[in-house]
Amino acid sequence: MDFLTMIQVLDSTVRLATPLLLACLAGLFSERAGIFDIGLEGKMLAAAFFSAAIAAMTGSVWLGLLAGIAASLVLSAIHGLASITFRGNQLISGVAINFLAAGMTVLIAQSWFKQGGRTPSLMGGGRFNPIELPFAEALSTVPFLGPIYAELISGHSILVYVAFACVPATWWLLFRTRFGLRLRAVGENPAAVDTAGVSVVGLRFAAVAICGLLCGIAGAYLATGLQAGFVKDMTAGRGFIALAALIFAKWRPWYALSACLLFGFLQAIALRYQNIDLWAFTVPVQVMDALPYILTVVILAGFVGKAIPPRAGGEPYVKER
Amino acid sequence: MTSAPAIELKGISKAFGPVQANKDISIRVMPGTIHGIIGENGAGKSTLMSILYGFYKADKGEIFIGGKKTLIPDSQAAIAAGIGMVFQHFKLVENFTVLENIILGAEDGALLRPSLAKARQSLTDLASEYGLDVDPDAIVENLSVGHQQRVEILKALYRQADILILDEPTGVLTPTEADQLFRILNRLREEGKTIILITHKLREIMDTTDTVSVMRRGEMTATVKTSETSPAGLAELMVGRKVLLQVDKVPAKVGATVLEVENLSVIDDKGVERVKGISLDVKAGEILGIAGVAGNGQSELLEVLGGITSGTGIIRVNGQDIDLTGKFSDGRSRRARGIAHVPEDRQREGLIMDYMAWENTAFGYHHDPAYQSGILMNNAAIRADTEAKMQRFDVRPPNPKLTAKNFSGGNQQKIVLAREIERNPDLLLIGQPTRGVDIGAIEFIHKQIVALRDQGKAILLVSVELDEIFVLSDRVAVMFDGKIMGFRDPAQTDEKELGLMMAGIVEEAA
Repeated sequence: MDFLTMIQVLDSTVRLATPLLLACLAGLFSERAGIFDIGLEGKMLAAAFFSAAIAAMTGSVWLGLLAGIAASLVLSAIHGLASITFRGNQLISGVAINFLAAGMTVLIAQSWFKQGGRTPSLMGGGRFNPIELPFAEALSTVPFLGPIYAELISGHSILVYVAFACVPATWWLLFRTRFGLRLRAVGENPAAVDTAGVSVVGLRFAAVAICGLLCGIAGAYLATGLQAGFVKDMTAGRGFIALAALIFAKWRPWYALSACLLFGFLQAIALRYQNIDLWAFTVPVQVMDALPYILTVVILAGFVGKAIPPRAGGEPYVKER
Repeated sequence: MTSAPAIELKGISKAFGPVQANKDISIRVMPGTIHGIIGENGAGKSTLMSILYGFYKADKGEIFIGGKKTLIPDSQAAIAAGIGMVFQHFKLVENFTVLENIILGAEDGALLRPSLAKARQSLTDLASEYGLDVDPDAIVENLSVGHQQRVEILKALYRQADILILDEPTGVLTPTEADQLFRILNRLREEGKTIILITHKLREIMDTTDTVSVMRRGEMTATVKTSETSPAGLAELMVGRKVLLQVDKVPAKVGATVLEVENLSVIDDKGVERVKGISLDVKAGEILGIAGVAGNGQSELLEVLGGITSGTGIIRVNGQDIDLTGKFSDGRSRRARGIAHVPEDRQREGLIMDYMAWENTAFGYHHDPAYQSGILMNNAAIRADTEAKMQRFDVRPPNPKLTAKNFSGGNQQKIVLAREIERNPDLLLIGQPTRGVDIGAIEFIHKQIVALRDQGKAILLVSVELDEIFVLSDRVAVMFDGKIMGFRDPAQTDEKELGLMMAGIVEEAA
């Protein structure tokens, strides 16, 4: 692999890691507060559809983004209502959201656009276009660092930069602010938060809302940044890969970045090298495509060290002595 | 003292469903004193304090703090009123540092750094003022239980609490840690803080409190000056005198030894030794009653005998050793050896409340060939068997298809008794046989126990009701602090002597 190819693969790694990273951080907020969320997938999918649909209708990608976030927040609210207010089972609520989104998006897409469950292709202002960072053109001739800056760092859409900025922001919010302290506490021991006179329900809803916001951005990026429009099931399990990355990252923001980049890298390799020749035999493209998912299974099976989830995760809070 | 009481509760009542946890409770606690609240498990002490801390809402009643009527709808309001609470089970975030736990919910602003710095400073001050040394940067789960408790106290003090409630604070502490705690509490009292100490340990009350209130079955039975009472007097108030029930009993025809226990010890999962090397035996045709204030190791003794927990020492039944820790240390192996167990808490260990009576009757004996039909359960046979047992034990209504929770407490207990007694065991372990049971059922249950004895079975009875011990037992052993204080013949002792023994005092020249 020569230098330029490597830059290109890494460049596509960054783009593919972006939705994973946003979803992973979304899950991080929710699970750190004690609400397991396997509905990341569904929220992203709903956001992808509504952002593409509104962007196609209005021609404004920003309105599309808002619509995507709104759709994701609505699903988050349902999850919150089911698992916080009514103390239901968080896994079942999450599964329901995934099914709801998978069916609803295609149905509405067909009803609105009559294109077989997809939205029209987005063009011009309907998409998030790459942003050229200053001096990218001028510096591209500098050996080594030039291409890295011009190709790898510059030239992504705004949402990519937002996603990467979310990592330090999340870290700062969680570990340096009052809100973060309380959020982490409510995922570990809600009784401690309750007896300290802070609302467990309020904190958990706040966390679920942030989760909805980030999933909304992730979905919107899929349909309006990475691709140009919505197609059926376009999230392709990214919500679940994000969950695996979250476990891999042990619920920490910076680790989440590394984990998502790893998954993004595998996806980029699969995209770039359809068939890999290894000595005598050829690795078929299907194997490459399956790699991120195989890694997910391996991680979830617990081969990668001990990951301790937030202690109160998955359990509704009920007062007791 | 002419000042207003630090806390005054007037007519507090609280019910959980049909259970009246607190009945019309009134209490006054003067500032700068340590006020003990003593009572058995389930007497309603913790409920009362949870109401004071805003964790539960009282159905009726008023709270006055420093003479002013105060509404405490939630913990926030309690903290604002200067009340701090140290729960029996700590409310700490275990993987946070001490400092983080202390500022949680009491942060000064949106950013942590200034709050942490301020807390670090006041922690140093509090440490020197009250002798409460804790490393502020330690992770809570790495601290000893005693230090974790200090963090809870510091949390309250950091929030400027003037009134400190401690719920069973020594339950998890070693004796040394407990001594340190009481030194700290005395220091706090000297500084003018008001302390409410909830416990069921008589000695702690005698040693540390200024006044003491006794609770029994949701009611406040007395409030006295500690200096004007005695452990025996308190024990009597706690356990309470009831109408003395009489059971016609012929003298015991004692046979061979059925149960032998030698040097039995039990260490619970927190590492606290609950049973400390006790030895006893029970003979055929005899009821050995074990008296004691709840929480002195009786429950653990029953559990290890019943195969629920493991222990060390020797247990022999009919001369043969019982496996205490290995593969055959479980309820089923015990039953195979002729041991039947009626557990103390029938709703948690005796029955599954959402299952029907016939399903409950099969538990533990579900592998009985009479209950099988090939590889399937013969449910019709179990139902018929259950109905017959229900008739014999006068369970009302005798309907095997009714779920356990729909029976009254007495009838639930009869179902458990029928299941265990009808198996014709050599040894019956029975704990609190009549707790929460109405008078009529008490009589019936007592008669069944005596009838089993007269069939030549050995019976080990654990009860916190002294009357019950006197009525049923042929011999009485008193447990205190995991040890047996002595054996007595019920005909040659009285409540006063047993009361003292239950408080850990044995009169040598008796």
